[in-house]
Amino acid sequence: MNTLVIVRQVPDPAAPLHLEGLQMQEERLNFVMDGLDEYALETALRLRETGQLHGEIITIGMGNARQEETLRLALALGADRAIHIRHNTYADAMDLSRVIARIAHEENVSLILTGGSQSDSDSQALGAATAARLGWSQVTWVTTLNLNEQTLTGRHSTEQGNEAFALELPAVITTQPVLDEPRYPTLPNIIKARKKEFRTEELDSNRYVTLLHAEPVIKERQKQNLTGQPAEIATQLATILREKIL
Amino acid sequence: MKLIVAEHDGKSLSTATLSLVNAARQSSIDGEITLLILGHGITEIAHEAARYADRVLIADHPEFTYDPAVWSTAAAQIARQLTQEGQPALVLISGGRQGREYAPRIAALLDAPYLEDIIALTYKKGWEAQRFVYLGRVLHTLQTDAPLVITSIKSGAFSAAEPLKNIGGIRPAGLEPIRRRVRMSDIQSEQRGKVALSDAKIVVTGGRGLGSADKFEHLVGGLAEVLGAGIGATRGAVHAGWRPYAEQIGQTGKTVEPAVYIALGASGAVQHMSGANKSDCIIAINKDPHAPIFELADYSVVGDVTEVVPALIEVLKEKGC
Repeated sequence: MNTLVIVRQVPDPAAPLHLEGLQMQEERLNFVMDGLDEYALETALRLRETGQLHGEIITIGMGNARQEETLRLALALGADRAIHIRHNTYADAMDLSRVIARIAHEENVSLILTGGSQSDSDSQALGAATAARLGWSQVTWVTTLNLNEQTLTGRHSTEQGNEAFALELPAVITTQPVLDEPRYPTLPNIIKARKKEFRTEELDSNRYVTLLHAEPVIKERQKQNLTGQPAEIATQLATILREKIL
Repeated sequence: MKLIVAEHDGKSLSTATLSLVNAARQSSIDGEITLLILGHGITEIAHEAARYADRVLIADHPEFTYDPAVWSTAAAQIARQLTQEGQPALVLISGGRQGREYAPRIAALLDAPYLEDIIALTYKKGWEAQRFVYLGRVLHTLQTDAPLVITSIKSGAFSAAEPLKNIGGIRPAGLEPIRRRVRMSDIQSEQRGKVALSDAKIVVTGGRGLGSADKFEHLVGGLAEVLGAGIGATRGAVHAGWRPYAEQIGQTGKTVEPAVYIALGASGAVQHMSGANKSDCIIAINKDPHAPIFELADYSVVGDVTEVVPALIEVLKEKGC
């Protein structure tokens, strides 16, 4: 039984965005592996290194040609093979989950891992939608994860706290940055990754939702500096607070 | 047809559910509003719910306590029964963490589009919706021709509905028990602050720059106390073990939109600010003059939180706020 890790490439969240029409001006941006997906890959690698997980770790990514970089990085980090689902126009979690579910079937996958939220689409739907299309269960926002034969156990975050869970494979798990810190690739592994299997498919054009309009929504801020002794600053702040609340 | 899946604590409907009622009433399509209540020992809620909907369907059985697979299967079954072929129809789920883990499953089961965490929704020739993307920095307008859509509504996007004089009918949902595969145990509630973050007019958030759990408690806790504010924490502060995850603000935590957001010793990472960047007013205190938070703040104080915050607490205590 194999494991599928969904990794996506997103604009570096630390840098400003440059929007042009419906899309980002790519030449003005840096792209990175989505932070929460890094934890999904790390979790799969560690489960295998500790003898809990057997079989191949396949990484899958969706997006334009540039997405290949992120999949190559996943291979350098330890994934065995990569599948790139190419698309250049807007596709949401419902579109992407359809192709991921099909590939999970074809590749004899029993565990799927991905980040709990995506920092480009601000969507939390990919893991859940994929699980539902496969008829599998899911546990979201996992903080610890162990696998014993077919049984997954661990803890995950809920709206108001956390709880322990147990379920049998097959399953979809979504991750967050509380799990073990992701590793960095080494030069020998980057070179080795070039020889690993890399496959490309096109995403079908069957979509429900169209993107009509995109606009930046950075709120204008006053950007006023308050200076002086702590007591003076405190008085200014108290005045501001009274104005805002009353 | 407008179907709302109710979220509740076993005693009453959540505020988020009442705002779904408002979203349904304003949705510009005709049709009855149905509230589906799933859980165990929930008869009391059904009577409350009947004041908000034309029809209340109730499935009261231990089998129907929350589970994403169970709730989504149940909601999809009811939506199928109520939907008339080709007629515009809407399933509304609240955009909290729970809603956003089962709403996409309903969409997959019905092979319908899913409009996630939306802030606006209209029906003209098809559905049109707006939602934030890129960590809350871009607004997308989406359109679909499909008559039936599954939506999750961003918390705070619609105000809570008022009850109606007419009381809707209550009847059993008539669902077959659904097998659950995930076994949950050792449920721990982490909410520590006195004021719920979702309702707070002011939120005081602390980051790693505070230095310790004690200082967090003293400075963030102390300021929140005099202001009657909710307490938030950055991922760094939660990761350090100073605060519970339930207080985490940002991409991997909660989203808040208070009148005033006060960030103490927080650097202002985009992932954190995506949970707070819609606040009306942002006040930041940080000793690092290059902290990105100052680019996003209305009022900036480059200074030591351990000096400024106690002074502020003192002024507020003296003169009241």
